[in-house]
Amino acid sequence: MDGREFSAGIKAGTSIAIGYFPIALTFGLLAKTTGLSLLEATAMSIFVYAGAAQYISLSLITAGVAPAVIVLNTFIVNIRHFLMTAALNEKMQPDDRWKKALYAFGITDESFSVLATQKGNKLSTAFAVGVIVIAYGSWIVFTAVGHLIGANLPQFLQASMSIALYAMFVGLLMPSMRGNRKVVSLALIAGLINSFFYFTGWLSTGWAIMASTLASAIFIEWVSRKGVKA
Amino acid sequence: MGSWYWWMILGMAVVTYIPRAIPLTFLEGRELPEAVQNVLRNIPYAVLGALIFPAIFFIQENIWFGIIGAIAAFGIAFTGANVMIVVLGSIAVLAIFSVFI
Repeated sequence: MDGREFSAGIKAGTSIAIGYFPIALTFGLLAKTTGLSLLEATAMSIFVYAGAAQYISLSLITAGVAPAVIVLNTFIVNIRHFLMTAALNEKMQPDDRWKKALYAFGITDESFSVLATQKGNKLSTAFAVGVIVIAYGSWIVFTAVGHLIGANLPQFLQASMSIALYAMFVGLLMPSMRGNRKVVSLALIAGLINSFFYFTGWLSTGWAIMASTLASAIFIEWVSRKGVKA
Repeated sequence: MGSWYWWMILGMAVVTYIPRAIPLTFLEGRELPEAVQNVLRNIPYAVLGALIFPAIFFIQENIWFGIIGAIAAFGIAFTGANVMIVVLGSIAVLAIFSVFI
């Protein structure tokens, strides 16, 4: 494994680790109030590693929903990762299947965003592993810490840190948006369609993100193809 | 929690892993049609748009956190600052804002 690539990945993933900190902390705390032990809460972060699905599972456990339904719901929430890992595959260097199967575990909305917006043609496996290790580590450690201390951050810090992951998404998007109308349109159209689903409540969040992403990506490809012909 | 909890975790782990792993392993070494490749290349920017909007406005019950946070993030990012500065700067702006409300 290339150490320099790995360190560069750690560095690129640090903003994810910061963004996960308040969310994992709150998850640990909520898991405790839901009645999960430290081991049970941390195990979920270790084995499932999916923020939104984990939060939803807590409220479903409290509501006494059947475990099989919780599993099904988890699948539906995370189905959007099909799209992300298919897109990411175009960006990654070819490598052994078992290696790709290993780091695939660490692909989240956040690690995908960091990896997919990197400059350069092909990303190394070592870089991806670096991004994933620091993000995954933050998620696990702060889940446990949240459960252990059983208290949240001071309100002002909690409130202001809730912008962290969104600020990261903006910071990743902006450099590509500069002078590139295609990127601006892709993001704006997907954001508009997703907002439409949000306000009408026609689709749940997982489906809405997937549908609006696909619609925007296909529409822009169709438009730019017509532009080439014309 | 009883033993059902561990079975549930196993189930959640499997169904979360499948959409992550299948495309990365199955598509390895395969050449997709050019139109599909182009659509896939568009995905990252579309995903970011959908992840940001409208959720960025609803980070707190008080909508002003979202509005001010979004302005701060876009403003700082527009200056060309790197991602870490955008993240820390937006947190700092909201921390100052929360002192005044």
